Order: sequence, then C-alpha cells, then structure tokens
Amino acid sequence: MKRRLSIPFLIGLTILTVLVLCALFPDLVAPYDPLAFDYTAMMVAPNAAHPFGTDQFGRDLLSRTIHAAGIDLQIALFATIGPLLIGATIGLLVGWFGGLADTLVGRLIDLVQTFPFLVLVIAIVAVLGPGLNNMYVAVALVGWVFYARLMRGEVLVQKGADYIAAARALGYSQRRLMLRHIMPNAIRPVLIYLVTDMALAILLGSSLGYLGLGAQPPTPEWGVLVADGKNFFTTAPWMSLFPGLAIVLTGLGFSLTGDGLADLMDVRR
Amino acid sequence: MMPLLAVRDLTVTFAAAAAAAAGPVRVVDGISLDVMPGEVVGLVGESGSGKSVTLRALLRLLHAAHIGGRVLWKGRDVLAMPDHELREMRGKGMAAVFQEPTAALNPVLPIGLQIEESLSAHTTLNAAARRRRAIELLGEVGITDASRRLGAYPHELSGGQRQRAMIAIALAAGPEILLADEPTTALDVTIQDQILALLLRLVADRGMGLLLVTHDLGVVAETCDRMVVLYAGRVAEAGSVADVFHQPRHAYTDALLRSMPGEGTARTRLAPIPGQPPSLGRPPDACAFVPRCGYTNPLCTEHRPPLIEVEPGRASACTAWNRLPARVPS
Amino acid sequence: MNRAGAIAGRIAQIVPTFFLIGLVVFVLARLLPGDAVSAMLGDRATDETVQRITHQLGLDRSILSQLVAFLAQAAQGRFGESLAFRVPVASLIVERLPVTLMLTGMATLIALCLALPLAFVAAMTANRWPDILIRTVFQVGLSSPVFFVGLVLLTIFAAGLHLFPVGGYGEGFGEHLYHLFLPALTLALSFSAVIMRTLRGSILAVLRAEFVDFARAKGLSSRVILLRHVLRSAAITTVTLVGLHIGSLLGGAVITESVFAVPGVGRLMVDSIFSRDYPVIQALTLILAVLVSLTFLATDLLHGWLDPRTGV
Repeated sequence: MKRRLSIPFLIGLTILTVLVLCALFPDLVAPYDPLAFDYTAMMVAPNAAHPFGTDQFGRDLLSRTIHAAGIDLQIALFATIGPLLIGATIGLLVGWFGGLADTLVGRLIDLVQTFPFLVLVIAIVAVLGPGLNNMYVAVALVGWVFYARLMRGEVLVQKGADYIAAARALGYSQRRLMLRHIMPNAIRPVLIYLVTDMALAILLGSSLGYLGLGAQPPTPEWGVLVADGKNFFTTAPWMSLFPGLAIVLTGLGFSLTGDGLADLMDVRR
Repeated sequence: MMPLLAVRDLTVTFAAAAAAAAGPVRVVDGISLDVMPGEVVGLVGESGSGKSVTLRALLRLLHAAHIGGRVLWKGRDVLAMPDHELREMRGKGMAAVFQEPTAALNPVLPIGLQIEESLSAHTTLNAAARRRRAIELLGEVGITDASRRLGAYPHELSGGQRQRAMIAIALAAGPEILLADEPTTALDVTIQDQILALLLRLVADRGMGLLLVTHDLGVVAETCDRMVVLYAGRVAEAGSVADVFHQPRHAYTDALLRSMPGEGTARTRLAPIPGQPPSLGRPPDACAFVPRCGYTNPLCTEHRPPLIEVEPGRASACTAWNRLPARVPS
Repeated sequence: MNRAGAIAGRIAQIVPTFFLIGLVVFVLARLLPGDAVSAMLGDRATDETVQRITHQLGLDRSILSQLVAFLAQAAQGRFGESLAFRVPVASLIVERLPVTLMLTGMATLIALCLALPLAFVAAMTANRWPDILIRTVFQVGLSSPVFFVGLVLLTIFAAGLHLFPVGGYGEGFGEHLYHLFLPALTLALSFSAVIMRTLRGSILAVLRAEFVDFARAKGLSSRVILLRHVLRSAAITTVTLVGLHIGSLLGGAVITESVFAVPGVGRLMVDSIFSRDYPVIQALTLILAVLVSLTFLATDLLHGWLDPRTGV
C-alpha cells in the first residue's frame, strides 16, 4: 500500500538534516569563533550581529549553540547504540532459545525497570565518576532492557510465522534461521524505536550535562550551556534560552522522525 | 395494517477513508423492506452484502457515514428525528442485539447495571423497582439464579448466557421491534437453537417485530416469515420464506439454495458459490452477480435490472426470474 | 474465584523484589573501581582514616558476609553514616523524603488535571483543529527537558512576575504548597504529555468500541455514555499509566529539585555525588526502587479493583 509522507515526518527530517549539517560543518555555519572572548560585547541581548546574544565573556551564543550540536548528536548516537547492541543481542538469544535463560533475563529486565531510570544511571555515574564516557557506560548498563524486551517480543512473533516453519522443514541450521531469517525481520521495529529513543537520549544527556554529571565544561554541550547561563537568568535569560530551545528542537526532530518512520513501516506502537 | 418499520430506498455511503478505495463507497444502495407487528423478517446475504450496515443505519449508529432514503418507524422518519426523539426511539421503539456479546457488553460493568441503565433511560422506575425488573428480565431470557447474576461481569458468564444477557438488555425498555444482527453466529450449534427459540418465544409473547440479519439460510427457514435477500448492497429478491425456498426468483438465491446441503442436515454457511462477491467501489451499471451467474443474458449487462414485483408479495431484480427451476418440495 | 488469595500472592511477591533490589544496590557499590574507600575519601585521606572507614563499612570481611550484613542493616532501615553530613543516612532521608513525595504527589495531581480533560477534548475532536493543537503542544512538551522547562518557568513566574519564590521549601504546609507549585508544574508538564498521549488513544479506541455502539442503541445519552462507559475505561488506563511512570517522575524530581533548590532526596542525591557520599547514594537508590515497586504493587491492586477482568 502506498503511503504518503506526513507533514510532521518531513518537519522531523528537516530538523535532523539541519542539525547534522551544523554538527558536521560547525565552522562553516557558525558566524563567530565559539571560544573567542569579546570584552566589548559582553552579555549582549540578541541583536542583528549576535542573533542569540553573547555570554559574560562576549562569546557568541549562536556559534556556541551550533558548535554544541556535534556533541549532542554524538550523545544521541552513543547513548543509544550501546543499549541497542546489548539489548538486541540478548533479546534475540533468549527469544530464540527460550528456557531458563529467558526466564532469568525476564526477571532481570523487570528488576532493572523497578529502578527509576535516571536514578540508576546517576548512581552508576556516581560510582564511575562524572563525564560523557562514563555516562555512555551507565546508560548502556540500564537502557539495554528496553531493547531486549522489544527484540524478544519480535523474535517470538517471528518464530511463530509460517516461513520459519517452512525453513525449519527445509532443514536449515538454528544459526542460519536465527541470523538470516529471524534477525532481519525482528530488528526493524527495534531500529525504529532507536530513532525515538534518540530523542530520550538527548534529553537524558543534556540533563546530566546540566547537573554536571555528563559532558564537562568547557565541552560545548547544550545542557552545559543552559547550566552556564542559569546564574544569569534574571539579567541575561537568552544565555539559557537558546541552547534549551536547541534541545527541544532536536528532541522534536527525533521523535517526529521516529513516529513518521513507524507509520511508514506500519509498525504498531 | 401499517408496518412498524418501513424502510424506503435506504442508501449508506462511506467517505473513502480506507486507502483501498478511490472515491466514496456506497455500501447500501436503495434497500426497501417492511416489518409488521409480530412478524419475523430475515435479511440474508454474504458478508459484505451490506446487511449489518443496514441494521446499524436503521438506528443511526454508523460513524462517518452518509445515510439516505427514509426509515419510517410507525410512520416517523428516524433519519430526520432530532436527537432527543432518536434517543427515546432507540431501545424503546427499536432495540438491537449484536453478533458478539463479548464485544457489545461493557467488560467492566456488571450485567445488572447494564440492564438498569436502559431502564433509567426509558422508565421512571426507582432503583428498587429497576432491580426487580432486571431480575425479571434475566429470568425471562432464561438465566437461572437471576438475582445473583445481577452483579456478574460479562467475562464471568458463558457465551450463551452473555447472549441471553444482551437480549435481556435489549428487551428492557419493551421495544416494539428487535433488530438482531447475526445473534447466533458467535455461539455453539446447540446454544444457537436455544437462542433462536428464545427470540421466537419473545416475538410471540410480546407481539414484537423481529428483523433478523443472518448469512444462514437454515436459520431463515426455521424462524422467518418473510425474507429479503441482499447482494452487493442491493435487494436481489424478497418474498415469503416458503415461496422463496420453493421457487427462487433470482439467480443468486437459486445458487444460494443449491449450495445448501439437503434438508435435515446441520445448517451451513453460504460459501460454495464460485467466485467472489464484488467490491463496492464504483459499481458498473450492470447486475453485480453477472461474474458468478449461470443465467446471464445480454440484458444483465446493458442496465442494472430494476427490482420489480414479479407476483403479489414477490419482488426480484433478476432478468431470469421466470426461467429459474422450482425446487423439489421436501 | 479466589480473589483474596490472588491479592495475597501479589503482595507476597514484593518480598523477593525487595531482596533483589538490595542485591543490585550492593553489587553496584562493589563495582567501584580501585580502592573504594580512597575513592570516597579522596587523595588526602590518611591511612588511618582509610582503615577506620574500611572497617566501619565492613569492607574487610568476605563478600558474602558483607552482603548479608548490608541486607540485614537495610531491612532495619540502617544505612550507615553520611560522609558529608556526619549524621545517620536514615535520618537524612527521613527528613527529605516527604519533600520529594509531596513534590511528586502535587506533580501527579497537576498532570492529571491537565491531561484528563485535554485527552477527552482531543479524542472527541480527533484529527480536527482542537486535537491537532493539543497534540502539537504536548509533543513539544514531551521534547522539552525538565531542567529547561523549570528554568523558563522560574524566569517568567518567579524572577519576572514575582508570583512565586525562586526556590526553597518554606515553613509549614501552606508555604510548602506555595514553594513547590512551580517545581511540581515543571514535573507535571512532561508527565501530562505522556498521560495525554496514551489516554487519547485509549479513549479513541473506547469511543469506537462495539459496547459504546450498543449503549447508544439502548438509547443512553452521550453524557451517560461518556461518564459511565468511557470514563471507567479511561480511569483504568490512567491508573496503569501513573503507576508505570512513577519511576520517570522520581527521576524528573532529581532534576527539578536541583533547578529549584528544593531540599528533597533528589537534590540530596546529586549533592552526594559531588561530595562522594556513597552511603547516601546507595541508600537513596535502594529507597527509590523500593518506592517504585510499592507503587507497582498499589497500581496492580487498584487496577484489579477497577477492572473486574484481572485476577488480582
């Protein structure tokens, strides 16, 4: 059945395209050096020369926000790829083989989900120490459960499908069935969830950045930029406003794209 | 005598919501029928023939559909009624029983409440009287231990009991006509007979009219006085059950009757006519049955054959109406 | 039908859950790379202090006896002494947990007040402009990080309009309500987006359900159908939703409390990370997970009461 591309989906794709361009070529897009101090233009409100204003050192906030796009997109990618790899592999294996391992993993997933996601991530970051890499490790240790649960469910659906029974009858090996037949079909909804999850990852990453547990200053990251500006929120609200809006826009971009892909591929949510 | 229900040239058109259809889809196209007091009329057809949609259109229950023609309940046009009159007519004038009691009963409300809310909508009975009436109604439809069953939830009843409960709900406000949409399809064969017997007894006791939608010719033969055969949203033929079964006047009815097993065997479904029912998108100006018909002649594709009265009380939309063989009376 | 038995069974399940939560928290603490105690105390600690703390934490005993001791202590509500505050961890938590509970409670209430009516409006005007407007606004809400929403509300309503205090908790219940309103609203915005989205879908499904058609066929008014048939299903969905998302609400509280300087357990947790107050972090992780599992239990029981189809 032919489906039309929906308007929200196109908006999502456009946002992501612009962001990726900013992330890949920040120097071409940004009007100023994000680190250059300008003592003649400190804490300037948004104007024609500085559309997003400047900070307490006269650094151009538009340029800083653009330069942060790279780190935040990296967060969207790295904070989801780990959970995906671990979770999808575990989900595939226990879904396919079933048995005691399946039961135990099921209990483990339930157990991990009893902990508030953010609290558990923060607790692990507390053990490992603040920083982006440790955040990725913490998110992978907790976030795999969502992917494992989804993947396991899809594998069970695929296992019951007629073509698997047919392939079994042809005497294909377990390994071949699992990797060549089940996996490619089961992974599709998981990959679509990945896009939606990137929106959550951006929110999480910037939140930890804001709290001082994720990206560390002077790394330009939107959450860190918002935190930098928060001490000036009465006098220079734009310092936090624009990096914050960048997060909202990015989150919107990923979730609209994710929803659009799900509709397009007819994946139930 | 004036009919309780007179349907004239009913049409139902759905806007093209599904991606499968290009334009608006006319699912029911010019259906007319009458139901007299105490009469059982069968509305027969394959799935997709428009019979269930017709039944829902009579009560204006359809979503996002345009309904044309006239539905006269005791002379008053249901399709033109203001909302408060429509609410009063529903349940009290015409009540409905659906195919799937599991889906039609609210799963999270007790049976008793679902009867009593119909009573509160249509009567002035107080709570205690409503409760007594609900117990009576459950008893009337053959649910034993009725006073204890009031508090039961639908999932706590068997399939047959659920269907009885739904009939009790439909009867609550004392309707003059009951519209029953495949009321036995979801049930076991033995339970089917009990439910049909119950419906017939209620018709006789209360002098109700009953419009029975079914795809099951056996059910029609056992229960109905008259029958209306639908094909692709139009009336193929109409007449008394005895007449139609003895001498079909439409090639489709003829094929239907041939597909029935011999008398005395279990009822069966109308499957084995070769070919598929047509899709309802943009019907050509021809008889819709032509691709599956054994009596086709050039007239059938020139224009769509109109429904004409071929003998008193018999209507047919078939060019071959007088060439069909009579069936051996049993 | 053995309903009482099913309920008792569900309640009994909470015991192994508590045990497993304790086990996870214990394992987590042992993951600390390198020498745990010097990591806690920093580089300037004397050997003597390290030894004292090591002994105090029981780290010189076998892993198994450490685990048993930890669980036994935790079961009695004893979590050792805070390294930063020099007071028992339990008393710190007892002091601050009510603040967080009040914050999340208020947030849940506000979220329900926002989401319930709007979900009904959206479902009943499905795909027409009120629905599209509501969904667009909530979609943006769903993409807005809590700390940013908090800062914006703070800037506008506290710093700009001076309608609310910029932070803190105040004295007495009335002041608590006043101080916690903006933080609770912050938390509620993203939470209500989650509720609205799911509830709209569930109301839409109910409106199209056969039993609603049958109710109409009985001659019931739209008001009765909405208030009895649709609302009942919506309530069941909402209870489940609130229960399932209590974890993300508590996570959000961690951030909100930091933004608004609310003296709850969330802020305590973040502060403890920077002061390397591991006993506090450990205890909070455990307490919050226990809180979530108790909420899951309550949700199951409430769901069972509202929905006769479930066994419990």
